[in-house]
Amino acid sequence: MLDYLKKDRWSPYIVGVLLALLSVYCFYFLHHTLGTSTAFVRLAALFWYWFDVEHLEGNSYYMSYLAKEGWINWQSALVFGVFLGSGLAKRLSKPDKQDFVPKIWKDRFGDSYIKRAVGTFLGGVIILFGARFAGGCTSGHIISGGMQLAISGWLFMIGLFGLGVPSAYLIYKAKKAR
Amino acid sequence: MEIPIFSGWSDLFTGLFAGVVFGFLLQKGSVTRFSTIVNQLLLHDFTVMKVMLTAIAVGGSMIYGLQYLGSDVELNISSTTLFSSLFGGAVFGVGMVVMGYCPGTGVAALADGAKDMWFGFIGMIVGAALYAELFPLIQNTLKPASQLVKTTLPEYFGVSPWVFLILVWSAVVILVFLDRKAASVKSGEVMA
Repeated sequence: MLDYLKKDRWSPYIVGVLLALLSVYCFYFLHHTLGTSTAFVRLAALFWYWFDVEHLEGNSYYMSYLAKEGWINWQSALVFGVFLGSGLAKRLSKPDKQDFVPKIWKDRFGDSYIKRAVGTFLGGVIILFGARFAGGCTSGHIISGGMQLAISGWLFMIGLFGLGVPSAYLIYKAKKAR
Repeated sequence: MEIPIFSGWSDLFTGLFAGVVFGFLLQKGSVTRFSTIVNQLLLHDFTVMKVMLTAIAVGGSMIYGLQYLGSDVELNISSTTLFSSLFGGAVFGVGMVVMGYCPGTGVAALADGAKDMWFGFIGMIVGAALYAELFPLIQNTLKPASQLVKTTLPEYFGVSPWVFLILVWSAVVILVFLDRKAASVKSGEVMA
């Protein structure tokens, strides 16, 4: 068992099964669904709390989330746990450095750290905006929603791949790095 | 207005524990890598789809199986309109291409050594903030309340959930089959 925990890569099918078990457990026994995007709403709210409380209090979107479950709720704890769990998994695997600039990005945009930092940042802005617009992210919509056969989850997935796949080709396969 | 600090100790502990398991699985599933995510969107590497579809097939079977056996736990579906799911998903997809992770795998990637993801982390907070600022505008123009939908596929089409679950299972079986085929071609057992 310990050997398996120390393996570098698990079969995606096994990961899928275990994720399903985790998800269903949380659903039935904890009455919570897996999700991560509202944790970022809370972090944004925290920023305003520190720099401009009145702005925060005047924004009904933030206040609706905070009033219901406060600053740290199940999902925020979950997201923090994800960080810890991933770190634990990594500790148990062979040490393996990830490049700051991933290869696929480098092939297209060159190896400038600044370019990658800006790109990652912009990607983050877009992704969370999209997540909140849709009311969920891959965990919330695709996994939790998908397994309940929610139409919203499946539409989210269609939208994701529908625009994501052509964008991936346009962005990364347009032309090779000079 | 009094804002509670947190929603309770049990939420804190169970959430944390669930998160640790979740993050552990994501790292071991190697979906905490830029290449895994982007290669899925380039349709070169189907790891992400294998994880997602297997989870949906197994989880869905458990949920609907338990419902069939008489469990009366209500489904918990985020309320959203058809347009927001589709459009939000599309925007999300573009962000995923550029960032190279999704929010969950991104946080996991931070612990997996993806230093560029720290900028993504900040970006995601900014993205949430941007949405919160634009929310009143969006709510009034792009999200007509009449379209609000919380339906499931079986409810909408009026058929048994198993129709859809069988489709998802079929997709998983096909992926497994293609994997086996690719593996046997690689090991030289079968002529390509």
